Amino acid sequence: MPKLKTLEDLKRLREEAQQDIKVRLETGTKITVGMGTCGIAAGARETMHAILKELKKFEIEAHVTTVGCIGMCVKEPLVDIEQAGKPRITYGNVTPDMVPTLIEEHLIKGNVVQECVVGRLPTQG
Amino acid sequence: MRELSLHILDVLENSIEAGATRIELLIEEDLEKDFLRIVIRDNGRGMSEELARQVLDPFVTTRTTRHVGLGLPLFAAAAERCNGELRIQSKPGVGTTVLATFQHNHIDRAPLGDLAGTLMAAILSEREMDIHYKHTADGRAFELDTAEVRRVLGDVPLSHPKVRQWLESTLAEGLASVQSPDVT
Repeated sequence: MPKLKTLEDLKRLREEAQQDIKVRLETGTKITVGMGTCGIAAGARETMHAILKELKKFEIEAHVTTVGCIGMCVKEPLVDIEQAGKPRITYGNVTPDMVPTLIEEHLIKGNVVQECVVGRLPTQG
Repeated sequence: MRELSLHILDVLENSIEAGATRIELLIEEDLEKDFLRIVIRDNGRGMSEELARQVLDPFVTTRTTRHVGLGLPLFAAAAERCNGELRIQSKPGVGTTVLATFQHNHIDRAPLGDLAGTLMAAILSEREMDIHYKHTADGRAFELDTAEVRRVLGDVPLSHPKVRQWLESTLAEGLASVQSPDVT
C-alpha cells in the first residue's frame, strides 16, 4: 500500500470532500469516456488523461467515468457530457488535442461544439 | 497495441463487463531471468470451458454490438511474439484469470507504457469494483488496493475530483519507485 503519509493525506481529503459532496452530486457535470477495445485502440485512455488534465487546470469539478463499448466504434474515442438541465451531448473522434477546445467551449462558455457532435439526448426529468 | 498497458486495460474492461467486483492485477518483472509476467484475476461471472477455449479466436465474442472480439487475440499475439504465451483459466460463477508471459528483453516486446493511465481508466469505471494492483520489479514493489482506499474514504466516491487527483499522484509516485529508468 502507499506510504502512511499518503494515506494520512487521503484521510484529510475525505473530510474536505464530504463537505461539498452533496452539492456536486445534485448540480454537477458528468463526463463519460468509452473504454471498450475499440475506444482503447483509438486512444480513449489518452483522451481521458487530457480531460483530467484540463479539468485540473481550470479547477472544474466534474465527475469522470468510463464505460464499455456502445457499438459506435468507428466514432471512438467517444466522450459524453451531461450537465444538469441541459441536453446530454455525445462527441465523436475526440483526440487528446481536441480536448482543450471541448472543455473551454462546452464547459466554460456553454457552447456545444456542433461539428464534433455525434449524438444528443434531450434533457432528462 | 503500442503498449502492454493498453492490453491490460482491455482485459480489465472485460472483467468489469463480466460483473467482477474484485480484480487483481499482478505484474512481475524479473530482469535476471529475463521474464515478465502479467496476471489479471477477477471474480466475474466466468466462462464455460468451451468459451474459454474459444475466446482467443477473434470471431468469438460475448458482445452483442458486433461479431468480432479482438482484445484477447491481440494480447495473445503480443505475448507469443516475445517467446511468451497467454493462458486463460475460467470457471462459471467463480471468475477468470488471464496470465500473459513475455521474454522481458525481447526486441518485439512492447513497453508496459502508461500503467497509471490504465489503472485510472479502470478505477473510474461506471461499474463499481475494486482493483488490487501489485507490481514487483527486481526486489522493488508497489501495491495499491482500492478497497483499502475506499475504507479510508467512507462515503466519498473514488471518482470525486480530489480523490482522483490523489489516486493519480499516488500511482505516478508508486510506479516511479518500482520502475527504474531503463525498465519501462
